[in-house]
Amino acid sequence: MRIVILGAGQVGASVAESLVSENNDITVVDSDHERLAQLHDRLDLQTVVGNAAYPSVLASAGLDDADLLIAVTQSDQTNLVACKVAHSVFNVPARIARLRARDFLDSEKLLSTENFAVDYALCPEQVITEYIARLVDFPEALQVLNFAGGRLVLVGVHAYAGGPLVGSPIKEMRSHLPPEIDGRIAAIYRRDGAITPTGETVIEDGDEVFLLAAEEHIRAVMRELRRSLEPVRRVMIAGGGNIGLRVAQALESKCQVKVIEVERRRAEFVATNLKSALILSGDATDEELLQQEAIDEMDLFLALTNDDEDNIMAGSLAKRMGCKRVVALINRRAYAELVQGGPIDIAISPAQISIGRLLTYVRRGDVAQVHSLRRGAAEALEVVAHGDANSSKVVGRRVGELPVIPGAFVAAIVRDLDKSQDVGLLGLAKQKQSGRVVIAHKDVVIQPEDHVIVFCLDKRVVKQVEKMFAVGFHFF
Amino acid sequence: MRRYYPVIRVLSLVILMFGLTMLVPWGLSWATHDGAESAFDEALLLTVGTGLGLWYATRKEKRDLTIRDGFLMVALVWTVLPVYAGLPLMIQLDASFTDAYFEAVSGLTTTGATVFEGLDNLPVSINFWRCQLVWLGGMGLIVLAVAILPLLGIGGRQMFKAEAPGPMKDSKMTPRMAEAAKGLWVVYTLISICCMLGYRWAGMTWLDAIMHMFSTMGLGGFSSHDASFGFFDSPAIELVSIGFMLIAGCNFATHYLVLSGRSLRPYVTDPEAGAFLLVTLGSVVGIAIFLDVHEVYPAFSEALRYSAFNVVSIATTTGYANTDYALWPMFAPLWMLFLSSFATSAGSTGGGIKMIRAIVLYKQVYRELTRAMHPNAVHLVKIGNEVIPPNILFAVLAFGFVYMVCIVSMTLALSFSGLEIITSFSAVVASINNTGPGLGQVGPANNFGGLTDFQTWVCTIAMLLGRLEIFTLLVVITPAFWRK
Repeated sequence: MRIVILGAGQVGASVAESLVSENNDITVVDSDHERLAQLHDRLDLQTVVGNAAYPSVLASAGLDDADLLIAVTQSDQTNLVACKVAHSVFNVPARIARLRARDFLDSEKLLSTENFAVDYALCPEQVITEYIARLVDFPEALQVLNFAGGRLVLVGVHAYAGGPLVGSPIKEMRSHLPPEIDGRIAAIYRRDGAITPTGETVIEDGDEVFLLAAEEHIRAVMRELRRSLEPVRRVMIAGGGNIGLRVAQALESKCQVKVIEVERRRAEFVATNLKSALILSGDATDEELLQQEAIDEMDLFLALTNDDEDNIMAGSLAKRMGCKRVVALINRRAYAELVQGGPIDIAISPAQISIGRLLTYVRRGDVAQVHSLRRGAAEALEVVAHGDANSSKVVGRRVGELPVIPGAFVAAIVRDLDKSQDVGLLGLAKQKQSGRVVIAHKDVVIQPEDHVIVFCLDKRVVKQVEKMFAVGFHFF
Repeated sequence: MRRYYPVIRVLSLVILMFGLTMLVPWGLSWATHDGAESAFDEALLLTVGTGLGLWYATRKEKRDLTIRDGFLMVALVWTVLPVYAGLPLMIQLDASFTDAYFEAVSGLTTTGATVFEGLDNLPVSINFWRCQLVWLGGMGLIVLAVAILPLLGIGGRQMFKAEAPGPMKDSKMTPRMAEAAKGLWVVYTLISICCMLGYRWAGMTWLDAIMHMFSTMGLGGFSSHDASFGFFDSPAIELVSIGFMLIAGCNFATHYLVLSGRSLRPYVTDPEAGAFLLVTLGSVVGIAIFLDVHEVYPAFSEALRYSAFNVVSIATTTGYANTDYALWPMFAPLWMLFLSSFATSAGSTGGGIKMIRAIVLYKQVYRELTRAMHPNAVHLVKIGNEVIPPNILFAVLAFGFVYMVCIVSMTLALSFSGLEIITSFSAVVASINNTGPGLGQVGPANNFGGLTDFQTWVCTIAMLLGRLEIFTLLVVITPAFWRK
């Protein structure tokens, strides 16, 4: 596939990196020559210097015969114009834009084909905010991912001695749980190596375990591995940038929120946009300030500044001063691996999270959702099974009959997910997702339109999984 | 002197316009032959005559009003017009200048305090004129002038702002000031018509309905009866009155947005409307329970009826009464007086410091407390989603301070003149909030007629200060204002 990426910032570079490895022809456009040079050295792709909204620049990037435009520059306006130009001048079939401002995101009409022609609007800040908000909902979790619009939840947790299942084989879980509750242990990481779980696998203290269950059951399944924690009540956020502000907005109705922002002007802006949160002007790495604001009584410290080092330092300090749990945004993978599990409980890679949804669009087939696990080491796919027993290799078969792909397996199925139905009077209540969660045991038969959740412990097999779900006759 | 010619030119037109409104009671007087025909003849001639004369003398002056002229203009309009407004009262009722001026100011500032007794026996046109003054003053004389006369330059906006009640003067209604003024008057008139029909339906005569509509919509409180609403003794009439007092206590710019946008949403986003209704209706219930506990009335339903009408009336700074609430245990009338000092919204026809300032003051206090606990906190005072800028914040604080100083100094002045403390204090509070009845000698069962000339003048000044929100008048009497 020929892909043109506009913007070589964090998101642009991560997208380029992910897609280059998947056998695509990629051109990156940016106005900064040096940034492009760095990218060019590292990855096998073409680069063009220039303003990404100009038709001449886009033409020299080969937009004429591109299959996909990914506009992820810093500027919403540039991205919008580039999509418009790509559609009207170059007839690019698919266009993705990164849009930050809610004003643009909220207007479907504005983004429709006859106007700015954005097929998919990506708001990294929003994606990261949702991700962090989920972590607040599940204080025990290292990672929380949604499938099928939130019907099915994947949670990564550390197993601790004392959880009923720790120290025993996985097949005993069935006897601990009430019959209506079912869950699946999808993956286990022990001392940085992946183990494909079977019924006989014994979970050890300190394992990182990925659990899959319907949303209403996930807490019960999690309790098998460790004791529950108190819900999060007090949160301190370091950094009132785009992400910090959004997270504070999402949390301030549920918890007591304190936001620390260095820049006075920005702090005032943040204060303008928050209702009940307390905004503090100061440095999050200032010990005295943290002391003054009772860091030791905080349930959660979120280090969300733009700077990896600041986040690590502030997070480490908060942890040492007695904060229960520390989550930090860390862009550099090396740093993340260095500190996660040490002073920082959870390191979040903004680029990895935000491009997951974007990758969904790029890949063929009917992939509804892609999530990276453990900073990209593994992937969980949500694929829709189309067709019937004749045209599809999966529909109508038992899970146990599917062709074996090493490193990949079906973990769960969400059935009858006809999007949503209105509940409550006059559509006032929020829409409730329907859909039944079926944990995939050997004898479950896949039916048409099932959403199938597939784990790929090895990223290289993702392609094969997609092919298996494609409708039609294929060889692989 | 020449530099004041533009001011005088505009003033003359406002006097002329005001004089023409006298045609209504003049016509009524001739139609009913109530005996006040000649009084209105003379008053009309004098008012229109001086208006025309001043206009003729300054007609060649083309300079626009400056910002400074604007303040002077507002102060002049509000001090000069009562002289003309009082003319019919002086001529017909043989009242002293002090009393007539007081009565006229009381009407125009929508206070509703009266020095006259035996209202039921006054010529109907005189009562009509008193009530009409309330209605005109309610929405504002300058606003009316801006809406009708295409005559104001740069200073016009300043005048508009100087007269409009509330701390934040930039209306979001329409881009053009004259359009905004027209919009306000149209909405005011429309709601007034509804109010009149409501009173008629509830059982008043047409004349009573119009007069009480005037004083209800202006939140004034003048009545054509000594017993005020006690005269009618009708729960239906009281209910209509409560409804329209509450409507008039909200910002008319909000009513305008609701009517022009055909959506009730502006009421929800209006930061004051909710607080105003909550405080007022909460007090109604609270005082009803208080009265019931003290067994003032035999049944709770009765306590609720009297509490509802009198509390709403005083809280909205109207000043009607259907019973002598000064006889209730002291807490109730004091609480009502306290309510009147802040309950109504900016941009309403009510008085006091306005709900928005009360909210800002409260939030500022909360902010100081937060700052004491969290020295690094960045805490902004917000109303809804809007941040109050520091200059408005300081203006509100200064206003609160000056308001207190005015109350204290004028209370002292009244005690100095020999009044006892409850009367002096309540008279000043009732005047500066444009409420009307106070307690003691000036309570709902009595009136301001028993005061000496000096005391009457103190109350008159208090009413003007309250209506123009103090600063507009203070600015004009500072020496710096008159320096070249």
